[in-house]
Amino acid sequence: MATRTRFEVKNGVATREAFGQALVELGRVNPDVVVCDADLSKSTFTAGFAKEFPDRFFQCGIAEANMVAIGSGLASGGKIPFVSSFSCFVMNKGFEQLRVTAAFPNVNLKVVGTHSGISIGEDGPSQMSIEDLSLACSLAGFTVLSPADEFSMRKLIRAAAAHQGPVFIRAGRIKAPIIYSAAEEFEIGKAKVLAQGSDVTLMATGLLVAESLLACDLLEAEGISTRVIDFATIKPLDREVIAAAASETGAIVVSEEHLADGGLGVRIAQVVAETAPCVMEFVGVRNTYAESGTPDGLLDKYGLRAVNIAGAARRAVSRKKK
Amino acid sequence: MSAGVLPAVGADREIAVFAREIRRRALRMTSRARSSHIGSAFSCADILAVLYGGLLRVRPQEPGWSGRDRFILSKGHAASALYAALSRRGFFPSEALEAYSGDGSIFCGHASSAVPGVDWSTGSLGHGLPVACGMALAAQLDHRDHRVVALLSDGELDEGSNWEAILFAGHHRLDRLTVIVDCNGLQSLAATEETLRLEPLAAKWQGFGWWVAECDGHDHASLRSVLETARHQSGKPSCILARTVKGRGVDFMENSVLWHYRSAQGAELDSAMTQLE
Ligand SMILES: [Mg+2]
Repeated sequence: MATRTRFEVKNGVATREAFGQALVELGRVNPDVVVCDADLSKSTFTAGFAKEFPDRFFQCGIAEANMVAIGSGLASGGKIPFVSSFSCFVMNKGFEQLRVTAAFPNVNLKVVGTHSGISIGEDGPSQMSIEDLSLACSLAGFTVLSPADEFSMRKLIRAAAAHQGPVFIRAGRIKAPIIYSAAEEFEIGKAKVLAQGSDVTLMATGLLVAESLLACDLLEAEGISTRVIDFATIKPLDREVIAAAASETGAIVVSEEHLADGGLGVRIAQVVAETAPCVMEFVGVRNTYAESGTPDGLLDKYGLRAVNIAGAARRAVSRKKK
Repeated sequence: MSAGVLPAVGADREIAVFAREIRRRALRMTSRARSSHIGSAFSCADILAVLYGGLLRVRPQEPGWSGRDRFILSKGHAASALYAALSRRGFFPSEALEAYSGDGSIFCGHASSAVPGVDWSTGSLGHGLPVACGMALAAQLDHRDHRVVALLSDGELDEGSNWEAILFAGHHRLDRLTVIVDCNGLQSLAATEETLRLEPLAAKWQGFGWWVAECDGHDHASLRSVLETARHQSGKPSCILARTVKGRGVDFMENSVLWHYRSAQGAELDSAMTQLE
């Protein structure tokens, strides 16, 4: 009972690049938007904002933790600061500042972590952020976003700026498959059902949304009716869509480019346990750090592909029947 | 830096009364709550008296006034002295302080922005200055003339976050920013020079591009004069190394690490109160 055409992978720009474009557009309409950088503006794509609005761009040097606190002070002064660096640096080095100067006083700070996941590839594990969602979700009052493609990133950057309160936005390094059209609208806290189905639900975020759509095609070909849901908002979770999927399909696979200990999977499991307990499987990085490699090679090796998701879905469906 | 009675002559008489009231109220609060840090509160009582006795532009009836000078007590463990100063200045009645550290109270043991007049919650050391930098940057961007003042402890300078912010403020020429370091030479367990050597401290700040002045942190006229001079610095953030005595005002508390954590009870409380009359 497929209700959609087969998913074709067509790459758009990386979500980090879409973030940089959205930031410039935002700067043109909102003079309160300011940007802080920790000497990585070319990689995080905030260089475009710096070029057009040099007076609203602040160089913090290679000092990510300090950049977070500076951003909190700017927010306290009425600005809408976007502070950005590689996700592993801003989240891990800045965590105490995120907790004490941003979450606790609930300031209007926007934190953008680029180069998330293992798909950054060649630079290796010191630069890979595979615990950022878990860390961000543990900050009380934070909104956590993880858009899958350029169009959802552009819309959600705008939504983040309009939202009053601290937000973490996760972006990736490599070109991201296009999931949406430019006209698609996004709301913080609302998940997107991309395919309807009744045997199993594939839930995912970031790059794993496209892999889940590919897995859906594999499963449908075998006669397994598959639902696919994109979680561009990790916190607050769309509880209604999760509860409906749990009770209507009875089997859920959650996939993410993140440590399986923490992140989207365990958060969805909590909602499932609280609403409609069902069979669950998890696709993510398992209690390890990756190494240097090509993005494709690493995604293959660590089992973050459509075949792995389809395998987990078959397991879930068979466990359900017992 | 000698211990002893506070000077109370001429225009400084009012400030001396203000400072004594801060000490008395802070002592009552911490003793009632059986909580710590009275030595730290006494150490900065004169600085707070000079600031809230007139130097800071604030409106007690309108705590969130956008033109106010911002103040961050980065050494948030001296919250009792800040709450006492705010009550004395008229932000709320002194009776409100009786709730200090109690169940459901807004008067947390470390400075809380739930209290009218407190601009920023603190308690985890090393964050007041970086946040103050962001506040000063926002003011600079909007061409506003309010000042941002952060009061740090000397021991707190062990935190590396301060040095990132000191580098940042010097580079960005944040001249709306003034830091006061409460240099009492002690931290929770030992002398600062035994823990991690800070001196020569003035040279360190100067090397980072700051205007630096030193003064007796218990001499109100000297504090006021140096703070006025700091206010008029252009193109540089300013740092005042206020040389203080931890526990200042009660002889058996002065220069003693014991009173970082000890709470005055019974005869000790009576004796301390008598000395603060
Ligand atoms: Mg000290």
